[in-house]
Amino acid sequence: MSGNMNLTLKIWRQKNANAVGKFETFNVKNVSPDSSFLEMLDVMNEELEVKGIDPVAFEHDCREGICGACSLVINGRPHGPLQGITTCQLHMRHFKNGDTIWIEPWRAKAFPVIKDLVVDRTAFEKIMQAGGFVSVDTGGVPDANAILIPKETIELATDAAACIGCGACVAACKNSSAMLFVSAKVSQFALLPQGQPERYNRVQAMVKVMDEQGFGSCSNTYACEAECPKQISVKNIARMNREYFMAKVKTENVEL
Amino acid sequence: MAKLNAKIPEGTIHEKWTNHKFSIKLVNPANKRKYDIIVVGTGLAGASAAASLAELGYNVTVLTYHDSPRRAHSIAAQGGINAAKNYPNDGDSIKRLFYDTLKGGDYRAREGNVYRLAEVSNNIIDQCVAQGVPFAREYGGHLDNRSFGGALVSRTFYSRSITGQQLLLGAYSALSRQVGLGKIKMFTRREMLELVVVDGAARGVVARNLVTGDIESYSAHAVCLATGGYSRVFYLSTNAMNCNTTAIWRAHKKGALFANPCFTQIHPTCLPLHGDAQSKLTLMSESLRNDGRVWVPLNPGDKRTPGQIPENERDYILERKYPTYGNLAPRDISSRAAKEACDAGKGAGDTGQAVYLDFQDAIKRLGKKVIEERYGNLFQMYELITAENPWNVPMRIYPAPHYTMGGLWVDYNLMSSIPGLYVLGEANFSDHGANRLGASALMQGLADGYFVIPYTIGDYLAGTKFTPVKTDHPEFGKETKEVTDMTKKLLSVKGKRTTDDIHRQLGRIMWNKVGMARNKKGLQEAIKEIRGLREEFWQNVNVPGSAEDLNQALERAGRVADFLELGELMAVDALDRNESCGGHFREEYQYEDGEAKRDDKKYSYVAAWEYEKASKWKLNKEALEFEYLKPTVRSYK
Repeated sequence: MSGNMNLTLKIWRQKNANAVGKFETFNVKNVSPDSSFLEMLDVMNEELEVKGIDPVAFEHDCREGICGACSLVINGRPHGPLQGITTCQLHMRHFKNGDTIWIEPWRAKAFPVIKDLVVDRTAFEKIMQAGGFVSVDTGGVPDANAILIPKETIELATDAAACIGCGACVAACKNSSAMLFVSAKVSQFALLPQGQPERYNRVQAMVKVMDEQGFGSCSNTYACEAECPKQISVKNIARMNREYFMAKVKTENVEL
Repeated sequence: MAKLNAKIPEGTIHEKWTNHKFSIKLVNPANKRKYDIIVVGTGLAGASAAASLAELGYNVTVLTYHDSPRRAHSIAAQGGINAAKNYPNDGDSIKRLFYDTLKGGDYRAREGNVYRLAEVSNNIIDQCVAQGVPFAREYGGHLDNRSFGGALVSRTFYSRSITGQQLLLGAYSALSRQVGLGKIKMFTRREMLELVVVDGAARGVVARNLVTGDIESYSAHAVCLATGGYSRVFYLSTNAMNCNTTAIWRAHKKGALFANPCFTQIHPTCLPLHGDAQSKLTLMSESLRNDGRVWVPLNPGDKRTPGQIPENERDYILERKYPTYGNLAPRDISSRAAKEACDAGKGAGDTGQAVYLDFQDAIKRLGKKVIEERYGNLFQMYELITAENPWNVPMRIYPAPHYTMGGLWVDYNLMSSIPGLYVLGEANFSDHGANRLGASALMQGLADGYFVIPYTIGDYLAGTKFTPVKTDHPEFGKETKEVTDMTKKLLSVKGKRTTDDIHRQLGRIMWNKVGMARNKKGLQEAIKEIRGLREEFWQNVNVPGSAEDLNQALERAGRVADFLELGELMAVDALDRNESCGGHFREEYQYEDGEAKRDDKKYSYVAAWEYEKASKWKLNKEALEFEYLKPTVRSYK
């Protein structure tokens, strides 16, 4: 087909967490501009499989930008060159014939490589388990319309709640900070009436685990916002900092 | 037939669930921690069940093949969740939701189950709001509703076009909280590969650690499968790439009956195919049909661009055929209308395999801002994938395999035909009959997890005398060996074809012969072809890599091996059902105007298939009785 492309891929390969990784070169031919980036990798992997070579491991699932599984750094940018999308939503029409494309995993101390382009994001789970919830058991709740929430508030909370937990913010940050991820969840609940009773405990508990898991600090470069596929705003980080400060002011357990 | 007792409680339909909750046995709060329950899958059904059971005090172990529970495919549901709240004061009620769901399913579901679903629907909304799920609101702060197919009331609660994500994150939060409290043991990147049955009851599972390749054993007093649907049998579907049938299929081969496997839903609003390398089909929310109008050129072979086709040369197929429901006709009916138009040569675009979904009238009527608010991100998604701007050119859509109404047979308590094995959400067959209405999957998943299983599982645990079974029981050893042997076998074939290549071929067979329209000859051919392909798979597949580390090719191969068996059963079931109903359309059985012709005299039953050996199943029938809603011809005209 005319318009199809031949590309050179430089892909990070690493057998497991303890092995030393390196870039390997792959040539892919006749790629349709209408294919997605991951479909291009599928074709390459299938050719490897035919030859009996272990295909390149990469994480993916929904392929519509919502599950948060896909996680590639493409030419140095998490989720590739476009803004506001995940890797699985990137199409080959944004590349041109003869391009060389560098493909790497998320790189962060808190996200060790499992194999090739697959990393371990369990650190995010630990943060969620520490406080990413409203403590309510099933049953015994009031009628849904008994809790009134202004439209403006719900819009802000939904903006924050749209986070897909992919970890691009961490991969984009020179400090490997998880502040955008954590602040999105903290903000959602800090904005909503349902989150008020645990407001100050939540932010402290989540930040504590965030630090323990080895994520870095925020130094306000806004790279996270720029690379976030859901374009979560850094205003959430500002809000989390205020929440954290207020928590320290209001807490009864003064740490000495 | 004894094992096909649906255990529908006595009493009038609105008393059944209440009576049942009173009559079932309770487990003493202090004893709950002595019971171990395994939940496989962490979508809406699995996550909500695991959290709710742990809150009650049970010891819960959760397995998922994902790196995080939040990746489960429930996350991709866009449009909304139904409930009979009647907040808009437009005539909704529990009875109406019950009626719509049963009729929408073309009278192939149980009355008792469907009524319970409608009954608990309101609790779900309350629960999710309490968790902080950000449903859309009106300016006064109250919850907003929208309409969905198959209903004349607005009963769908939503959060932009990310309702599934928000509901799943709510359940995931509840689950995470219990993990943090130590009440749930969470095992990620584990794929269940066998069910362990001891003395006829489910007592555990064997799973592969997807990172190390270790085959691990987990024992329990009861097992809940919430592992989703099997549309990936078609290769191209709206399902996520990892969705599979393995957990329920292997349980089926251990004795769990598989009910109505041929009831699959082909969703009308998906993006059309773009080429050979395509890996999946993208769904556009059905909510688009609230404001979008479906049309095709009136004259076959009209290849003009949509803008050049004047109003009087357009055929608004759904509005013409179904004036009462119009563009909100149910999914099976809308999909067939699209196929019919394309088959008649009226398809849109170069391929002719698409229909238009046009927003121009809605934009004129409501203004760009309102449409942007309602569907902004869907419009963006469309443009991203197709490189066409839906603000200027109508969208092109085509049906794609989406949801599977069939699944493991369960009774009213959600227990399968294996004692102690419960099946929740899309993995079971229970509530949607032959066709599911939009925004009802989220409702059923959460109903099963939050409000049904926490009650019904206690009845089994309290009423059963358990012998101690731990992972050193010989059955675990036996199943571990079985799994290890299969893995070795897959890796040792070293043939010439890749798993995906064979999967694609299976998908073509399924789509062409067990898809939107089926006939006897095609189904018989399909059965033969699938058997042949299965044989080829085991002789000619090439699975590289080793069993001892992360091996995605191996994972895919195991799943496709199961699809190659399930596909045959789907064709067998479709061949047995000599009628058309819901998503099952047999070309031989239609009215003159092309509508589905049901045969209530002969086929008012649930077909529950019992596995005997490869390619051999025994049919068990559960008769469906309709006491409250007499089946009528399902009309949306």
